[in-house]
Amino acid sequence: MQIEVIVNLKKIKMEVDANEFLADTLRKYGILSVRKGCDTTCCGLCTVWIDDKPTLSCTTLSFRANGRKITTIEGVHKEADEFAQILVAEGAEQCGFCSPGFIMTVLAMKNELTNPTEETIVHYLTGNLCRCTGYMGQLRAIKTYLGVQ
Amino acid sequence: MFTLLNLVQPDTIEAAYKALVEKRNNIVLGGCAFLRMGSQRIGTAVDLSRLNLNYIVEQNEYVEVGATTTFRDIETNPLLNRYFNGVLPEALSQIIGIQFRNTVMIGATIYSKYGFSDLLTALLALDTEIELYKGGRMSLKSFLESSFEKDILTRIFIKKNERKANYQHLRNSCSDYPILNVAVSKLNDQWKIVVGARPQRAIIVQKASEELANLELNSKNIDRVATMAANEITFGTNMRGTADYRKCICKVLVKRAIMEVLQCK
Ligand SMILES: Cc1cc2nc3c(=O)[nH]c(=O)nc-3n(C[C@H](O)[C@H](O)[C@H](O)COP(=O)(O)OP(=O)(O)OC[C@H]3O[C@@H](n4cnc5c(N)ncnc54)[C@H](O)[C@@H]3O)c2cc1C
Ligand code: FES
Ligand code: FES
Repeated sequence: MQIEVIVNLKKIKMEVDANEFLADTLRKYGILSVRKGCDTTCCGLCTVWIDDKPTLSCTTLSFRANGRKITTIEGVHKEADEFAQILVAEGAEQCGFCSPGFIMTVLAMKNELTNPTEETIVHYLTGNLCRCTGYMGQLRAIKTYLGVQ
Repeated sequence: MFTLLNLVQPDTIEAAYKALVEKRNNIVLGGCAFLRMGSQRIGTAVDLSRLNLNYIVEQNEYVEVGATTTFRDIETNPLLNRYFNGVLPEALSQIIGIQFRNTVMIGATIYSKYGFSDLLTALLALDTEIELYKGGRMSLKSFLESSFEKDILTRIFIKKNERKANYQHLRNSCSDYPILNVAVSKLNDQWKIVVGARPQRAIIVQKASEELANLELNSKNIDRVATMAANEITFGTNMRGTADYRKCICKVLVKRAIMEVLQCK
C-alpha cells in the first residue's frame, strides 16, 4: 500500500507492506540513523518523533504513519550536533550505537520540560539503554545542555 | 514477530466488529508492543485508527477515555493528574520509557487482562467501568472476573468522585515488570485494597478492605489489616519472585499505601 509521510519536513510517498514497521521503512528510504537495538521494545534506539512525540519506530506499523510528521535525527541536525559536542566533551559517548535514539529523546525532553530535576531527567530517559557509558557522563552532558543544576 | 495477512481500517465500530469476528485468527491492533513479542499468524488485522477513540474527556459524572488513547496521553493529562491524587499517571509512569508509553494503548491493555499490569491495579481501586462493543458496559471488576466472546473494548469510564488513592509497586529494576503492585483508595468510609502482579491478575481484597472501615487507623491496626490482606489472597511463584516473598512484600506495600491515603488531601 502507499502512504504519504512528511519526513524531516519533506513530503515522501512510500510503498509499504501491511506488516512493515516504521524503522524498516525509514531505513529502506535511506534514513539510516534509525536503527534497532532489541526485539523487546526496551532499548529506545529506534526512537523517532511522530507528530513531535518520541515513539518506538520498531513497534509502529508503517501504515499508521500515513499523513503524519516524522522527525529523525537528520531533521534536527543542528540541535543534535550541539548536544553531541557536549556529550563528547563529557566523555559520554563511546561506541555511539545508542546515540540516535538517545539524542532524539533528550531533544524531546528539552521541548517538553522546563528546568527538570535530575530525577525527572533520569525518569524521562529510562527507555534509552546504553551498554557503554554507565549513564553518569550522559547525565552531566544533559544538565549542561539544559543549563540545569 | 507476527505475520499479518490482511489489514482493514474500518470507519465505523460496526464494521470493525464485523471484520473481527469474521474469522478466528482476525484480531484488533493496539499499539502492537505485546503482539510483536509473539509469532501469531494474523488473518485480518483490524486497525481502529479511524474510529476517533483517542481522547480523554470530562463528562458530568465520569472521565471518559477512548480505547486507543496511549499511556503517555493518560500520564500527561491534566485532568487525570488532578483526580484521585494522580494515581493513574503514577502507576503508568513506571512502565519502560516515554517512547514505549507513547506507543501502547489502554484498550489493548485492559482487554488483555494482564496479571502484571500496573494500569489494571490502579483502575480497579477507582470506580471504573468499561464498554465492550458487543458485551456492553460493565464494571471493570465484572469484566476481569468473567470471560467474554471476542469483542472490541471501546471506552472506559472513571467515576469522578472524591476518592483518595495511592499506588505502590516493587520491581527488581526500574522498567522491569512489577513483582507486586498495590493500589489503595478511600471514598468517605469505604476503602478498597487492590493487589496485582501476584503474579495473577489484580483483585480487590474484600475482607481487609471492609475491616479498614471499622477501625481506628493507628499504626497497630494498619499493620493488622495489611497482614490480613496478605493472608486473604493467594500468590504464585515466577522468575521474579516466590509466593512467600510476594506475601511478605504485600504486607509492606498495603501498609504504605494505606498510610499514604491517610495523608492525601
Ligand atoms: C517488553 C514489555 C514490557 C512491559 N512491561 C509492562 C509493565 O511493566 N507494566 C505493565 O503494566 N505493562 C507492561 N507491558 C504491557 C504494556 O503496557 C501493554 O499493556 C501491552 O503492550 C499491550 O498494549 P499494546 O497497545 O501494545 O497492545 P497490542 O500488543 O497491540 O495488543 C494486545 C492484545 O490486545 C488486543 N486488543 C488491542 N486493542 C484492543 C481493543 N480495543 N479491544 C479488544 N482487544 C484489543 C490485541 O488483539 C492483542 O491480542 C509490557 C509490554 C512489553 C511488550
Ligand atoms: S529497537 Fe529497541 S525499542 Fe525499538
Ligand atoms: S555509547 Fe555504546 S551503547 Fe551507548
